[in-house]
Amino acid sequence: MKEHVMACIDGSGYATAVCDCAAWASLRLEAPLTFLHVIDNHAPPEAGNLSGNIGLGSREHLLEELASLDERRAKLSREQGRVMLEAACQRAVEDGVEDPHSRQRNGELVETLHDLEGETRLLVMGKRGESAHRASEHLGSNLERVVRAVHRPILMVPESFRAPQRVMIAFDGSRTTRKGIEMIAASPLFAGLTCHVVTIGADIADIQAQLDWAIDTLNDAGIKAHKAVRAGDVEATLRDYQREQAIDLLVMGAYGHSRIRHLLVGSTTTAMLRSAEVPLLLLR
Amino acid sequence: MIRSLKQTWFFNPKNDILAGLVVAMALIPEAIAFSIIAGVDPKVGLYASFSMAVVIAFAGGRPGMISAATGAMALLMVSLVKEHGLQYLLVATLLTGVFQIIAGYLRLGELMRFVSRSVVTGFVNALAILIFMAQLPELTNVTWHVYAMTAAGLAIIYLFPLLPKIGKSVPSPLVCIVTLTIVYMLTGMDIRTVGDMGELPDSLPVFLWPDVPLNLDTLLIVLPYSLGLAVVGLLESLMTSTIVDELTDTGSDKNRECRGQGMANIATGLLGGMAGCAMIGQSVINVKSGGRGRLSTLVAGVFLLILVVFLGPWVSQIPMAALVAVMIMVSIGTFSWESLRDLRKHPMSTNIVMLATVVVVVATHNLAIGVFVGVLLASLFFANKVGRVLYIDSQASDDGQAREYRVIGQVFFTSADRFTNAFDFKESLERVRIDLSRAHFWDITAVDALDKVVIRFRREGTEVEVEGLNEASATLVDRFAVHDKPEAVEKLMSGH
Repeated sequence: MKEHVMACIDGSGYATAVCDCAAWASLRLEAPLTFLHVIDNHAPPEAGNLSGNIGLGSREHLLEELASLDERRAKLSREQGRVMLEAACQRAVEDGVEDPHSRQRNGELVETLHDLEGETRLLVMGKRGESAHRASEHLGSNLERVVRAVHRPILMVPESFRAPQRVMIAFDGSRTTRKGIEMIAASPLFAGLTCHVVTIGADIADIQAQLDWAIDTLNDAGIKAHKAVRAGDVEATLRDYQREQAIDLLVMGAYGHSRIRHLLVGSTTTAMLRSAEVPLLLLR
Repeated sequence: MIRSLKQTWFFNPKNDILAGLVVAMALIPEAIAFSIIAGVDPKVGLYASFSMAVVIAFAGGRPGMISAATGAMALLMVSLVKEHGLQYLLVATLLTGVFQIIAGYLRLGELMRFVSRSVVTGFVNALAILIFMAQLPELTNVTWHVYAMTAAGLAIIYLFPLLPKIGKSVPSPLVCIVTLTIVYMLTGMDIRTVGDMGELPDSLPVFLWPDVPLNLDTLLIVLPYSLGLAVVGLLESLMTSTIVDELTDTGSDKNRECRGQGMANIATGLLGGMAGCAMIGQSVINVKSGGRGRLSTLVAGVFLLILVVFLGPWVSQIPMAALVAVMIMVSIGTFSWESLRDLRKHPMSTNIVMLATVVVVVATHNLAIGVFVGVLLASLFFANKVGRVLYIDSQASDDGQAREYRVIGQVFFTSADRFTNAFDFKESLERVRIDLSRAHFWDITAVDALDKVVIRFRREGTEVEVEGLNEASATLVDRFAVHDKPEAVEKLMSGH
């Protein structure tokens, strides 16, 4: 089965951007596009009946009551989901995609994405979803868990999307980032774009050699490349560079450090995800 | 990590906390009542409920299910406590925990699939009957005051929720208990109260190793009780977890639940509590009140202890009549009333299994024996039913010297006799052909029966030709490897 570009849609304001981004990716990768809507019908009840007593046939009545409540809510959710998916497919067609598919699944988002991993070539998600508060800086509640659980490249989309011209990859000479460079060189997603390879840290000969290798690899693949070394706080410096150079797509490896280190020290990836103003591609 | 804590614990905080409070208030009378059934101080049941609930909140496999001291377990402890005392009970509790953990690791939770629906219904009905019967000692040889209080209590429990606003936001068992306690304190009637039944906790529980000699004698005394407690505890917990699964439409890990019960019982034994397990009535109350997560179980246990330790003096003033009213409510709610209606609709074999389970449990006061009898009966009925799926016909040849027998259906220990009797050995023939290609041999009895038939024909001088034995005996082996291939199942069952 051919692997799809899987785009997650919900009722939030990010859906349009996700749609456009997914369409762009699908056209470049020449992969079929599927819009996915996941309905979780097991949201906890609004209020319980606190009368604390059980009478004749309580258990059966309770089951019937819970089942019919769930049924009504689920039907409504499915209808709303269908409408959203149709709108997304419509927009994708306008963007030039030939035959976008749509899928609705029951269950929890992270579990479903994990189940569909085998069919996913690239996962496109909005930075936040329906349940997020406008004003807060917080990352969508699902995004971090999805990034941990799903072992496919994830393209995170902010509120608005335009087709990228300039790409930036954070590079530190490690095996993960070298693999990242190779993946960029090999992928049709980046053909014809300009790529900035940026290292945050000391400007030593070793790093320069690595950077040169990176530039050569990219040039060989027909991607114009620039290199840069900057010093300072990783997240802030990358952000400054991005603004300076008008980068419109960031590329990073995800969670290079061990889980324990992440818990104690904090993670560059999460920080970057949180502050990103442009789409961010996480490679595995 | 914080994120996943949120997912499993705090996804439903307000409802979980409220439901936990409701459950705690209904747990107090139950824990006290079950301690009395077992013959120990109310302190023991209350500490047990606290530690079971708290440990299960973390270690259990079914979020939203309430575990505490229960009637099913209490009934098994009566003679142990009477003959040897509380300390031996604590050792038995520890050993029960160990057995349950072993059962969890041996994946015995999956044996639940052999327990049929009628056995579960019988179990639940028997439990309700036993809880009700345990209240009768409080209702016999007493003054009319007790009956009046109990009736008033039941009235409050069932009618209070009908009140317009506060009816559904304050648990009626609590209202019942508070009201009756106030009435008792104001009128000073001469009726029994909780304080008369034994010691209540006046402090938080402490870690204690049971005070018994650690030798083989102790082990032998305690072993049969622990086995019974372990089996009953796991049975009730697994059945309750299935019920909660259905109500919340989510799955649960049965083996993790076994291990969780084991750990909870070990902790309970060390804190001076009696063995416990999951409770059907309380779990239903919890789900009904909106509780869905582990937080509700934790809140129930902690709040129970706080209420009892700090409100001790008032708890000892609660009249037994109030507890009896709450327990009667629980038994009414636990009994499966539509099983009585279904007695008319269901086939006789199902009814017999259910009724047999109930009768055996009520007679022996031991739920494990009842379930065992129920499972045995259900299996026998099943074997009998399938044994009837056997059809043998025959056709004589034109010259009357040969006959072909066709066997269609299932041949195994139950139907082997019918198989053998279907052949006419008195008919004098040259040749007999037995066509087995549409038959299924399930065990050695069937093969044996076939051998005997062939030998008998030979002794009458008839030549026997057996056809289709390969297809027939495909079902002799233990594993079929058909579960993911529908064509293989078709082939196995149709014999073509």
